[in-house]
Amino acid sequence: MEDLKLHGFWYSPFTMRVVWTLKLKGLAYENIEEDRYNKSPQLLEYNPVHKKTPVLVHGGKPICESMIIVQYIDELWPQNPLVPHDPYDRAQARFWVAYSEQLFSAVVPLIYVDIADDEEKEKVIEKVQKLLKDIEDQCVLLDDEKKFFGGDNINIVDIAFGSMIKFLVTMEDLNKLKVLEVEKFPRLHSWFDNFKNVSIIKENLPNREKMCAIMKYIRERKRELQSSN
Amino acid sequence: MGEDNSNVVLLDFWPSSYGMRVKIALQEKGVSYECRQEDFEAKSSLLLEMNPIHKMIPVLIHNGKPICESLNIVEYIDEVWNHKPSLLPSDPYKRSQARFWGNYIDKNVYSRGKKVWNGKVEEKEESKKQFIECLKMLEEELGEKPYFGGDEFGYVDVALVPFTSWFYTYETLGNLSIEAFVPKLVGWTKRCMEKQSVAKSLPHPHNIYDFALKYREAHGYE
Repeated sequence: MEDLKLHGFWYSPFTMRVVWTLKLKGLAYENIEEDRYNKSPQLLEYNPVHKKTPVLVHGGKPICESMIIVQYIDELWPQNPLVPHDPYDRAQARFWVAYSEQLFSAVVPLIYVDIADDEEKEKVIEKVQKLLKDIEDQCVLLDDEKKFFGGDNINIVDIAFGSMIKFLVTMEDLNKLKVLEVEKFPRLHSWFDNFKNVSIIKENLPNREKMCAIMKYIRERKRELQSSN
Repeated sequence: MGEDNSNVVLLDFWPSSYGMRVKIALQEKGVSYECRQEDFEAKSSLLLEMNPIHKMIPVLIHNGKPICESLNIVEYIDEVWNHKPSLLPSDPYKRSQARFWGNYIDKNVYSRGKKVWNGKVEEKEESKKQFIECLKMLEEELGEKPYFGGDEFGYVDVALVPFTSWFYTYETLGNLSIEAFVPKLVGWTKRCMEKQSVAKSLPHPHNIYDFALKYREAHGYE
């Protein structure tokens, strides 16, 4: 039995990446649900630099940053490999994984956007769609011939983007708008449908209503904090 | 049998710390390459073709295929030319730590440093504080080790050392003494500069300073 503990937030796309990876590898672990408003002393000790989740603790040693954790797990447990073997393919995978972080930064404002303010809303949506367009048109890994970025099976790029598109879908539900339009992004749309239906992912994809509710709560708390300052 | 060196091209911009990382890695591995300087006012069609997403240097072109993002390129170099010296540790845990600090350096050093030499005047004191905080964090990680990698120069050292060519600029334009705050880090800098791969890849700090002055004149304060 491996001594694995995961400190995370069930609703965070970053935590999801690690959960999916652990499940894909068939690894048992202790899940420690953190409270973003009251982080545990262990978390702050394990991640003193950023004080963020997820943190994987393996045999008492912490690993931080979701995609660094995913690579770590993949290196130690090679079953159902997620990182390509060929150095050039690995470099391509790492490039697109890094791009998924840019996507996150562009999507996050949708938690707090004032949907009544059309101009602000359009600006945020435009930024996200520009990034989605780059993936749709420029990512050679996203092929009409292949089901996933990883080919026949999901890999590290699928996990990186899957978590971010799930997060985007939550923002769409929260604000009752459509960003990942099927007419504009047919490949991404089709890929995400395939991704959601992978059995490990399906079993470990948080419920849409629950995701929407938690984001609403986070938004309300931030607004309360801002109005009281 | 080594890898074919005849088709390795680096698209670079000489003051870029990110470009310097790649040069150091290539030097460490003894890889010969062609270095092409880009002009940011007029990016070459090759750059736009090889990095259509970000349109930024460095780009390593190996046998006609592009690899972008400096630390990504460093990992690629380490894997393709996998003879010693190794840049990334072989132990998975140590590797995860190296990647963590590479990521930290990427997220903080350039942006905080830029605010010091080219930031708004009224934010100068706060910018300096943030920049020093970041360097202190890195000095703490270095601890008593000769290099971030331990006894051997490695990935994290490659990630950080190029920014030291900018220290004179930060100090002069920011009016601060980096050594006063992080003496161990400055000691590490001198140790790294004794390595040929580093000395050959970093421009003289005064040339960086001249570049920074011209840049500020042309673009104004940001």
